[in-house]
Amino acid sequence: MSGSAYAIDVTGVTKRFGDKTVVNAIDLRVQRGEIYGFLGPNGSGKTTFIRMLCGLLTPDAGTGTCLGYDVRTQQADIKRHVGYMTQKFSYYEDLTLRENLDFIARLYDVPDRRAAVQRSLERLGLVNRSHQLAGELSGGWKQRLALAACLIHSPQLLLLDEPTAGVDPKARREFWDEIHRLADEGLTVLITTHYMDEAERCHRLAYLAYGNLLAHGTLADVLANGRLTTWTVTGPELITLAAALRGRAGVEQVVAFGTTLHVSGRDAAKLDAAVSAVRSPRHAWKKTSSSLEDVFISLMDQAKDNFA
Amino acid sequence: MRRFTFHRLWAMVLKEFIQMKRDRLTFGMMVGIPLMQLMLFGFAINSDPKHLPTALRIADHGPFARTLVAALRTSGYFNLVTEAATEAEARRLLRLGDVQFVINIPEDFSRQLLRGERPTLLIEADATDPAATGPAISAVRAISDHVLDRDLVGPLARLRAKAGPIDFQIHAHYNPENLTPYNVVPGLMGVVLTMTMVVITALAITRERERGTMENLLATPVRPFEVMLGKIIPYIIVGYLQLTLILLAARVLFDVPMVGSLALIYAVSLLFIAANLAMGITFSTLAKNQLQAVQMAFFFFLPSILLSGFMFPFRGMPEWAQWVGSILPNTHFLRIVRGILLKGNGLAEIAPALWPLLAFLVVAMAVGVKRYRQTLD
Repeated sequence: MSGSAYAIDVTGVTKRFGDKTVVNAIDLRVQRGEIYGFLGPNGSGKTTFIRMLCGLLTPDAGTGTCLGYDVRTQQADIKRHVGYMTQKFSYYEDLTLRENLDFIARLYDVPDRRAAVQRSLERLGLVNRSHQLAGELSGGWKQRLALAACLIHSPQLLLLDEPTAGVDPKARREFWDEIHRLADEGLTVLITTHYMDEAERCHRLAYLAYGNLLAHGTLADVLANGRLTTWTVTGPELITLAAALRGRAGVEQVVAFGTTLHVSGRDAAKLDAAVSAVRSPRHAWKKTSSSLEDVFISLMDQAKDNFA
Repeated sequence: MRRFTFHRLWAMVLKEFIQMKRDRLTFGMMVGIPLMQLMLFGFAINSDPKHLPTALRIADHGPFARTLVAALRTSGYFNLVTEAATEAEARRLLRLGDVQFVINIPEDFSRQLLRGERPTLLIEADATDPAATGPAISAVRAISDHVLDRDLVGPLARLRAKAGPIDFQIHAHYNPENLTPYNVVPGLMGVVLTMTMVVITALAITRERERGTMENLLATPVRPFEVMLGKIIPYIIVGYLQLTLILLAARVLFDVPMVGSLALIYAVSLLFIAANLAMGITFSTLAKNQLQAVQMAFFFFLPSILLSGFMFPFRGMPEWAQWVGSILPNTHFLRIVRGILLKGNGLAEIAPALWPLLAFLVVAMAVGVKRYRQTLD
């Protein structure tokens, strides 16, 4: 392991399947101990990028290191120090929790295996279920098992691919508390998600669409770089108002949130002009800060124009 | 790091055994298939069918005709179930499939015989299935020469069949009584092992891919060779269990002679089992899902039964079929097993059948390992 401050440090990483470029020249640096959120629409290349980081795929172009090991040539070393949690549950449903963990621990040759398995069961509150078959577990418990299994060999980097898809809010919150505890202990975590509230719990974010990295940085950085102006409106007949706003110059998004409407655009002057054209005293208008979701949708629309 | 380690292999083997234990249906198949095939091929199938339903159309009730009919009956091939009064009725019985044979004894059979006119005795057969009629018809030929010798005495002795110019002596070695189980039961070892070994390994690896567990395996430090060997070792043990089961049945139920060395059979079987497992692994690397894996296994299994010499005599096949058959491991294994059990062959005699097995194993294993992807590229 090199003493580099970065757990992941790659430049120009590219992957093509046939003539389709799935990941296009991505540069990424993730500091040790950081929780890094990876966002983007389905099919944006997040999973492919992660697979290149953990040695499952070889990049077609680009160089870099993961935990100080070369992502092109030292894949075997990377595998020993990385914990990878796949999008789909990928442990053995016909093995019990303990048998699954024991199997993985043997594959990594974990020292003092029995104790390690017991510790990981205890840590994630799985002891009472250790003799249950993995196939009988509900989604939340399966996700805990998967997390326990990819932590069993004490990795330095966790790669989590949509770990909370289909998990209830309480289990999701507990999962994130655990992730923060792990990061405190010095583990680096790269996590993909579609949930904005989860994105906001990451130290840093990156947004990927059509294989391109469109934005990255802290939450504040991403919001500021989005350069988005947003108005919120409350009042009667919002649907008519929304129809009147859509299509006007400067109006890029009109989204209903319950009883309020969010109206956003990148060109503040044009947006203000559009708003004054339809503004009436019947509605309460307020300029607010844009949400992360507004920024991401705006980024995706731009990306569609540029790449798709 | 890059090297093979025993603890990872052991992890794979242990996991396979646990999964095998939990999968009752597959386990039942591994024991059930040999038992079922033993029962079917050992007891139900007979290449020398006897007691075939026969109708008699008899117009002469003289002593010669009676002797003839009695001789046909005692041959065991003909079971006289009915008499046909007319030719039309005899035809009908054949057409309906009520009888396999009609024996016609003409009106003046005895008179013509006494006059030395060589009377005709017509046997009509429903020969849609040659295997059913063939042995009975050869029995008739054997009977006809000397059946009347005891009746043709005194002045009639001149009518006896004269000896041909050559005295044929036939010694049927290794299975003088022409018992089907002697041939089929040893052959079943190859068939059962081919069927279960190829299917089970093809499934075992394809299942990992289908359930998504393969991605997880690939992300751990486990090496392709360790995964494969880990999958193969448990099934080698299963293969030996099946082998033992069949050998026991051959001994206890079918009295198959075991002239040669059982140890040699066990030793040679390792090569054969490994060849089939390697084939299964190669299929699993080609198949996209478990269904495809089973379909591919069938493509392998069918020629292994039909062209190997298990069902039909190998030398009776056209040259191209023999050529295809010679590629299949089962063909060589059958020769080895029958050779050891029935003929008492030793290592020197079976050597010519050993190297094709080895060649098959090496090629199948090489293709399998090459096609097994360590990354998802």
